[in-house]
Amino acid sequence: MAQISLNVNGKARVVDADSSTPLLYVLRDNLGLHGPRFGCGLGQCGACTVIMEGKSVRSCTIPTSAAQNKRIITLEGLGSVAHPHPLQKAFIDEQAAQCGYCMNGMIMAAKVLLDKNPHPSVAEIKHGLNGNLCRCGSHLRVIRAVQRAANSGVKA
Amino acid sequence: MESKTISRRDLLKSTGILVVSFSFFGPVAKVLAQGDGLSVDGMDPTVLDSWMAISKDGTVTVFTGKVELGTGVVTALAQIVAEELDVRFDKVFMDSGDTDKAVDQGVTAAARTVERGGVQLRQAAAAARQELLKLAAARLDARPDMLTVTDGVVSVVGNASRKISYGDLLGGKRFNVKISATGNGWDMKVAPQVPAKDPKDYKIVGKSIPRVDLPEKFTGEFVYSQDVSVPGMLHGRVVRPATSLSMPSDVDESSIKNIPGIVKVVREGSFVGVVAETEWAAIQAARALKVTWSEPTLKMPSGPEEVFDYLKNTKSFKDNVVTNRGNLDAAFSQAHKVMEATYYWPFQLHGMMGPPCAVADVRGDKATIWAGTQGPFRTRDAIATMLKIPPKNVHLLYREGSGSYGRLECDDTAEDAALMSRAVGKPVRVQWMREDEHAWDPKGPAQYTTVRAGVDAQGNVIAWDFMDRSFPWTASEGNPLLASSQIGLKPTTAGFLNGAGGGGQIYTFENQKVLAADIPWVQKGDWPLRTSNLRAPGDLARVFASESFVDEIASSQGVDPVQFRLKYLTSDKRITEVLTATVKKAGWTDRPSPVPASSGTKVSGRGVATANRANTMTAAVAEIELDKSTGEVTVKKITLAHDCGLIVNPDGLKNQIEGNIIQGVSRALLEEVQFDASGQKNLDWDSYPVIRFDQVPDIDIVLINRPEMQPLGGGEPSIVPVTAAIGNAIFDATGARLRRTPFTPQRVLAALKA
Repeated sequence: MAQISLNVNGKARVVDADSSTPLLYVLRDNLGLHGPRFGCGLGQCGACTVIMEGKSVRSCTIPTSAAQNKRIITLEGLGSVAHPHPLQKAFIDEQAAQCGYCMNGMIMAAKVLLDKNPHPSVAEIKHGLNGNLCRCGSHLRVIRAVQRAANSGVKA
Repeated sequence: MESKTISRRDLLKSTGILVVSFSFFGPVAKVLAQGDGLSVDGMDPTVLDSWMAISKDGTVTVFTGKVELGTGVVTALAQIVAEELDVRFDKVFMDSGDTDKAVDQGVTAAARTVERGGVQLRQAAAAARQELLKLAAARLDARPDMLTVTDGVVSVVGNASRKISYGDLLGGKRFNVKISATGNGWDMKVAPQVPAKDPKDYKIVGKSIPRVDLPEKFTGEFVYSQDVSVPGMLHGRVVRPATSLSMPSDVDESSIKNIPGIVKVVREGSFVGVVAETEWAAIQAARALKVTWSEPTLKMPSGPEEVFDYLKNTKSFKDNVVTNRGNLDAAFSQAHKVMEATYYWPFQLHGMMGPPCAVADVRGDKATIWAGTQGPFRTRDAIATMLKIPPKNVHLLYREGSGSYGRLECDDTAEDAALMSRAVGKPVRVQWMREDEHAWDPKGPAQYTTVRAGVDAQGNVIAWDFMDRSFPWTASEGNPLLASSQIGLKPTTAGFLNGAGGGGQIYTFENQKVLAADIPWVQKGDWPLRTSNLRAPGDLARVFASESFVDEIASSQGVDPVQFRLKYLTSDKRITEVLTATVKKAGWTDRPSPVPASSGTKVSGRGVATANRANTMTAAVAEIELDKSTGEVTVKKITLAHDCGLIVNPDGLKNQIEGNIIQGVSRALLEEVQFDASGQKNLDWDSYPVIRFDQVPDIDIVLINRPEMQPLGGGEPSIVPVTAAIGNAIFDATGARLRRTPFTPQRVLAALKA
């Protein structure tokens, strides 16, 4: 076990963990941040997505040591029910989920997409989110939610 | 203290554990033993207080055994209650799936929640309203029929100043009233004599009320079963290879001695699991633990072909005859032409995005379980049986998992966690890894279906002989799950019928037989080919067969597929209307199928299919493009009309239909479990893929609302016609008929060559 310094959602945090622990478990179990979710542990589904130094990262596949001192944003860092981020509000307004389990990945990937491309076409949204799996079949609503967020004019 | 949740039991006293009571529409609230003065009897459905409580501020807390699976169904139930009680929707809180508080309304499944559970809750709410009006009549010195209710306030008609709120009438006190309730679970009839509101007066039911659980799911604040954390909790992982289980002949604990934080290797019967202080330690240990498994007595089949041969040739233990009309033998002998085809459906996964997870805290002869089971009472009883403790000593609290499409009727992790917690004397959280879930998902069964039709000289179908041969569900409906089985509990049933719908019984043929045969399958399901109910169980395969075959007959006569169907859809106007609504929306023009062969490599086609699942009618038109050089099928669009009687929440229903369609496209194009004698081969999302964004079709939905009917199921019927519609579209585009799914490029190319 080691003391590892992390920068999560704008706050300096120190965790006591085995440095090889995938970041996902440290965020969830040590820091109580349940935005990122366990879906496969293999980097295949995207449920664990966080943003690290502006890029989307599959937190189940990177060791916590690789996240040391990097700026990490989780879903909680975007907003809350009381104060939702425009992206989150767009998802709420479009009722863009069924079970909701994949939505962390969808929203974080959408944030990275919109940061780079504030007005993506449907094809660009599909391409940008193609690595995110959803078993319930909420894809069309997710696309509409991302479009809604883009159209609201607020850069996500 | 918070009055949003009502404490019901002196749980602190009985278990010594601080119980966190979860109010579905409110923040998680800690409940103290003293509560706010309410205590309620057992889950006796004849006691009105078992169903709901009203606090001083007019909040209505509904106690229900039905649970939210991610389809929005509990929102719909809340709408039904709010409507019947005449309270504002945001005053209703659903306390869902707590075995110490709820009435056992049966499992949440089969798209029957609104149809059954909704009616039960509606009647309980109607009974409560009746009681409240009696109380108000006494207080306001008026007859109940002189009273009206708006937003939970009772007033005298014509004299609104004479009024009293529900909160003031009852607020915190019990109804102390009995109602009628007969039968159990889904069949429970609650207060049937109490008149319910006329649907024409509905203000809340029928509206697209947004789901109250969604905002938290978009912000990380929602507590899924995967997020439950209790003080002192340890982490467990199971060790099960992806093949038939056997007794370990050796477990070398020294193989994990270098992993810090290991608490215990749990062994009981053939069960092997690891408990550790951290999640990562448990994961590493479960992977590194050197287990030598003895040779299993149960041999895996050599592959899917062996399974289909077995289905074809093995005597059924039950023949479920759904329709048997006329004299088939005579009709076939008189027929001008006899057509016959066989269809093959593979084992498929439920494919949960979040593998199941449960937390168990077993202390002596008591247990508290947090789990995502669709049947909280059934799982409670299974845990009690497994641990040999009384059911009343097991408290199961529902915590929603990811969408499971039927998988969590079998909550394996609840049992795994209970075993491991008992072994270490502390709470243990067990999360299955991806390979655990892919391998041990109790699969949708393989099915082998034959259809034979006799046609007379004029082209009329005079004989229809449909037989589906399917495995039953070996894992759900009462047989021991994995952990129970591994510690020696024996199966008690041969398994539950994999449904019998979709065999062409929607059509009226003069001589007609539809039969669903149960083929014996291994009941002690300690292997990856264990089976259970997968969304719209059995119907996809049967409708794939019957609706492909109807298409084959129509095509052989050069008749448009829709016109052909309409000729025989004479028994129920609702299905005729759903089919005509679909094809109208899709812009279908009459012509025979297939289209004349075109010269290019990229061809397009359309296909139709219609189905009745549990009295909900659907029809789908699929428009596809197909690349003849690669065999790749692209579904461009699905148009689907849906009639489920009274619609409770139109947008919620649309959400479900979109999901069903997209999942249906995935199952049609991509999904089959692969296995051989060494075990299951596809254990991740690369090898068992599900649909991605770039494969999702456009979708057009037509909702047919029939407020004069009861609400019927909306959670699964719309998946049923999708595969057949796509198969028929492939035929339309190419003249090649696929009778086996999924429609992979290899299968398409093979069919094109044939």
